[in-house]
Amino acid sequence: MSTATTAVSTTAAAPADKLTKKMLTADHPTWCPGCGDFAVLNIFYRVLEKLQYPQEKIVCVAGIGCSSRFPYFMNTHGIHFIHGRALPLATGVSLSRPDVHVFVFGGDGDGFSIGGNHLNHAARKNIKLTYVIMDNFVYGLTKNQTSPTTPVGRKSKTDPTGSIDRPINPMKQLLATGATFIGRTHAAQVKHMEAMFERAILHDGFSVVECLSECVMFYPGAFDDSTPRKGGNFETIDETQHDVTDDVAAFKLADNLAPGKFGVFYQVKRPTKNALEQKWIDDTQAKLGGASQKDILRKRFEAMR
Amino acid sequence: MSTATASSPSSSRTTLRNTVIRLAGNSQDGIQSIGGFLARLAGRTAQEVMTYMTIPSTISGGPSIFQVHLGSGEVLSAGDESDVLVAFYQHSYDDHLNSLRQGGICFYDSGEVTELKQERGIHHIGIPFTAATVEAIGGSAKDRGKNLFVLGMLCSVFHLDKEKLVGIISKQFGKKDESVLRNALLAFDAGFGYSVGDVEQFALAPGEATDDGHRISTDGNQMLTMGLLAGGVRYGAAYPITPWSSIMETLRSELPKFGGIYVQAEDELSAVCMTIGAAFAGHLAITGSAGPGLSLKMEALSYASMAELPLIVVNVQRGGPSTGLPTNVEQSDLMQAIYGSHGDCPRIVLAPKDVEDCFYIAFEACQLARKYSCPVIILSDQALSSRIEAFHEPDLDKYWLEPELDISPRGEDFKPYPLDKITRHAPPGSKIASGKYPIVTGLEHDEWGHPSGSPKMHTAMTAKRREKLVKLAEELPAPAIHGDQEGDVLLVGWGSTFGPIKESTDRLRAEGHKVGAIHIRHLHPLPGGVEAILKRFKHVAVVEMNDSGLYGYGQLAMLMRARYALPHIQSVCKTDGLAYRIREIVTAVEKILAA
Repeated sequence: MSTATTAVSTTAAAPADKLTKKMLTADHPTWCPGCGDFAVLNIFYRVLEKLQYPQEKIVCVAGIGCSSRFPYFMNTHGIHFIHGRALPLATGVSLSRPDVHVFVFGGDGDGFSIGGNHLNHAARKNIKLTYVIMDNFVYGLTKNQTSPTTPVGRKSKTDPTGSIDRPINPMKQLLATGATFIGRTHAAQVKHMEAMFERAILHDGFSVVECLSECVMFYPGAFDDSTPRKGGNFETIDETQHDVTDDVAAFKLADNLAPGKFGVFYQVKRPTKNALEQKWIDDTQAKLGGASQKDILRKRFEAMR
Repeated sequence: MSTATASSPSSSRTTLRNTVIRLAGNSQDGIQSIGGFLARLAGRTAQEVMTYMTIPSTISGGPSIFQVHLGSGEVLSAGDESDVLVAFYQHSYDDHLNSLRQGGICFYDSGEVTELKQERGIHHIGIPFTAATVEAIGGSAKDRGKNLFVLGMLCSVFHLDKEKLVGIISKQFGKKDESVLRNALLAFDAGFGYSVGDVEQFALAPGEATDDGHRISTDGNQMLTMGLLAGGVRYGAAYPITPWSSIMETLRSELPKFGGIYVQAEDELSAVCMTIGAAFAGHLAITGSAGPGLSLKMEALSYASMAELPLIVVNVQRGGPSTGLPTNVEQSDLMQAIYGSHGDCPRIVLAPKDVEDCFYIAFEACQLARKYSCPVIILSDQALSSRIEAFHEPDLDKYWLEPELDISPRGEDFKPYPLDKITRHAPPGSKIASGKYPIVTGLEHDEWGHPSGSPKMHTAMTAKRREKLVKLAEELPAPAIHGDQEGDVLLVGWGSTFGPIKESTDRLRAEGHKVGAIHIRHLHPLPGGVEAILKRFKHVAVVEMNDSGLYGYGQLAMLMRARYALPHIQSVCKTDGLAYRIREIVTAVEKILAA
């Protein structure tokens, strides 16, 4: 619990109900039939059932986009925020409430375009939270415009002759900016997705999973090349061959993401901002000899006399 | 020495009730710190003080002034003109001689200022500040310390309490290397002992401030921060910008003592969003900035109105538009504060009237944000942010809100957005007895927070958000009228113009006009009871530091004309980026009266 406030809380004595998918289910998703995001939602339920966090301690945060409707479909504390700013909001929650589990959901536009700078800084600061980016390579909610991960040459309403801008390489961006857990998975590979989510959630730091999730309405077939039942190749990272703490190796591994490999690209331990701020608080308060908050402020005024 | 040609200054033979000293030099000369010492001394000797400073907006320095108005009675402005000018350089002399009143005294560095203008009976007293300081300290001190030489000289000229002043200096420099304090005191003593001739009998009357409780002296940004801390703010985030930065710096270094965290965000958007995150998490949180930063925060502020989250936002206004005048004062962000976001998004807007009031307005903002669960914007300004005043220390036993995170279980009937009540969110960590967990959202929603496009629901929810402010307006007390309770003209002001308007009112009444003044601290919603006051005067002059615009009315005047539909509401505006002088207001009002 945060030390800044006097918490009015429940007694911890009552045994918590077992968390079930039924308890976690809220509104029926507004996604189109066949959307990859359904699988993401189902696997998230499954991982939470496994981890058994208290229901009231789970917080789902999202910005704007199809995938960002996620919090409405989760029966947990949730917030549907503005476009691109889910990470700063989640940072505010994570830093001020060490007692809750913070999950952020969003798409490629929200994460890499309008919110791109926040991704860099949340990674650099190593904020304790888990961020799932449902990447469909297109703007779906606004009906088929080019996104920051759209491949060059792909036609959209804003690129009628084909996209000309080089797409973001999410793995390389996350490596360069200091994310401490970087994973990549696929909505059609539920076992793999489950393992990635669980490892990301258990990581103590800023953990990101890019999850390729097909937009059946505006970019059908985008991920056929990594979908075995459509003739593609789903190649996973062999961690006996790849050292996940080696950022240079991870960078090379991310050279070609069409369709590229799936799994944990990078994972290291680095103190979170949460822990570093708490250390500063603890060190500062240790010098105050247990003075009351009011007396601390009184001392400030004394210095102005 | 003195080259006075006019009659010797008679005021110097008597005891002064008020004096205005202007120190003009470069920003690296430490004139701000002498000003700070004088202001602190005033606080300790029950005198009133108000300071005014300019600083160049470049790092490398440049011309800078610090003006101190010391007085034994009420001090309401930094002074229209100065009694004493201390000029460190020729350019300081050239630029500021005009600020000196007729018959005033100019102390100048005789090693720097070589061309003097004999005019308006001004007494020139040349003293080699630089050479005398070097001589006093010796070694390789160069000209460092000449500010303290000047302080010592002023202490002697005005018969200031030397013991207390030395105490203040020692406290300031005592933290550093021993030799720093020794040199500072050597320079101070050299200035104190320097013979300045025929003005030595100046003496400032002792203060009249009643002595119940302690007096402190500090600037508006500090007091605003203290008010936030007393009001229970423990979290927030911001991005550096002049003249806001010192608030975030203080919060960053103070909050760990209170177990809180202040985050330096990557940009203004992130800052407001992190702060909303802390608010959603159940804390009272604050972000802030100056004009350009507020523009960037507007989308998220609209969200906070829609989601009904408590949030405090400080805007230390500076000259706009765009980058504008970063180190000057203006009141041109009022409309932005009230209407700056998209959609109908009600929020509360408050403005402190002086440095002391920065504490109380910040404290009230904390109370209102909690009570009405909506954004509260505090409109401070550059003048308040940096000027120093002396006043009574706030009583923390009366002004203290314990920070509280309410994650108690919520009952079966809990809804985040009940139509018949003010929203009280259940932050993460709260168990919900019904098993239906709430969602906080920016989409129009029903009482449970789920998206709703229903025309009836949008109408009802818009009213829910608006009615909070209607209720607040009814609860707010009508502003008190200073001066005549009815009559020729009512002056209306807001923000840092409080002092100059009050002093102008007194001067106009002394001239025989029937004049009253009200000061609006609650700008949105406007308190009930204002309309009745406006109707008691023949003219209403709304005095603001912003442009009278296309239609001839400043921002508050425009709002008041729209709100009250009274054609006798007029505007007195200016856009020079400087605080109001008394004579500017008096002249403008005389013009209205003559028309």
